[in-house]
Amino acid sequence: MVEPEEELVEELPAWSLSAGAVERIDAQWPERVTREWAWAGATGAGLRVCIVDSGIERDHPLVGEVQEAVAVSVGEDGEAVVVEDTEGDLCGHGTACAGIVRSFAPDCQLTSARVLGAGFTGSGDVLLAGLRWAIEQGFDLVNMSLSTTKRRFATELHELADAAYFRRMTIVASAHNMPVESYPWRFSSVVSVASHDDDDPFVFYANPTPPVEFFARGVDVSVAWLAGESIRATGNSFATPHLTGICALIRSKHPELTPVQLKNVLYLTASNVGGQP
Amino acid sequence: MSEDLRAAVAAGVLGSEVAYRSLLQSIVEVARAIFSARASSIFLLDEETDELVFEAVAGEGAEELVGTRLPSSTGIAGWTLVTRQPLVLDDVQKDPRFSREAAGRTGYVPKGLMAVPLLVEEQALGVLQVLDRPQRSRFSLQEMDLLGLFASQAAIALQLLRSARRASAVLAGSGDDVGVVARLAAALDALEGERREAGLSLLRDLDRVLGP
Repeated sequence: MVEPEEELVEELPAWSLSAGAVERIDAQWPERVTREWAWAGATGAGLRVCIVDSGIERDHPLVGEVQEAVAVSVGEDGEAVVVEDTEGDLCGHGTACAGIVRSFAPDCQLTSARVLGAGFTGSGDVLLAGLRWAIEQGFDLVNMSLSTTKRRFATELHELADAAYFRRMTIVASAHNMPVESYPWRFSSVVSVASHDDDDPFVFYANPTPPVEFFARGVDVSVAWLAGESIRATGNSFATPHLTGICALIRSKHPELTPVQLKNVLYLTASNVGGQP
Repeated sequence: MSEDLRAAVAAGVLGSEVAYRSLLQSIVEVARAIFSARASSIFLLDEETDELVFEAVAGEGAEELVGTRLPSSTGIAGWTLVTRQPLVLDDVQKDPRFSREAAGRTGYVPKGLMAVPLLVEEQALGVLQVLDRPQRSRFSLQEMDLLGLFASQAAIALQLLRSARRASAVLAGSGDDVGVVARLAAALDALEGERREAGLSLLRDLDRVLGP
């Protein structure tokens, strides 16, 4: 596999590449990318995943240990306030997402960034602050089963998504199945996910006609919920952590992959491309 | 024209809040019917208090719920509003907080619910919920699409109600200078035939006298 050393990234100017330098960016790709190659034997070990959502319930049997939980809010001066979160989950949804990711990657590290609970007014600013915090922390994967329709946030969200991309972080975001413009799922620097109705959690499809790039399991899914319970749920917001979980497996086995390479591996192992059904 | 005068004219011709409430009620009745559900409701975001308010309810809890308030960013309805993502949940009675709150309001605890945000362009106005559709078959992607289409219609109705309320509120707080314009606009809007033409002619004359 490619070994894009940090030094190399530092050394090369961003705007040019001389013919003599080509040998320095030697890259390799396996002859055939299969699911076996991509994630067989992987457990998510070493991968840091952040769930930006409603919080995660502590000690839920389907989630297990949550390594870190923070609550994000925005003070009157507009500054982000990030404190340890003792509230748990204010809805159940974040716990559901965490449980789905852990069902794929039992050994991954989970962080909860709660961006809900401080009221609807100002929730867009809190969403931005939460994503910015997650990027500063350098998580490998950020699961965002949420979106905003406010255009004034689009530019800043776009910059954050690109910043994550260039820091080798992958944001996996829920697509919208309603006729409105929303973000950040429409940005090409994130992995966007909508639902299919197959029961197999490892079935996912690459969409030949984006903006939605992938379809993952999102109908009638048994998910972790409040009070240690589980319920059945449907929605793109549950399809998203399925793909986050698969990304966690791939990245834990191949930590060197950049976001564009990860997206390629997802494409090549999708059920309608090279993956087994 | 000032914002107040504009609102006054709008209030005169927009139609009454009663008419829009009937439209919302009709929407929840139809939502309940097409999903064969036990109940359906629409919440409107109250921006002043940052709360969700039950505006229209069909089926179980219809009488008790209208006017009841919920937090705008917690619970299932709050999550739907903030994230702009529709959700379909079954077995929600296992969620102790949800069950306790639902039972406290109506004594009725649903088993399943669909919640979808009501969006008009970039605004999130509220949430549509459909409770306890029949469990005979699993939820389908087609139903999700139907829910989304239906929510678009409900959102437009909610936007009209909100505009009418804002216009009325401006009118109520603006004294009789503006009120007379609203009454004139409403009266003119109601006229027909020759009387309408005569009214318009009078206003045109007035415009020539008072206009720039």
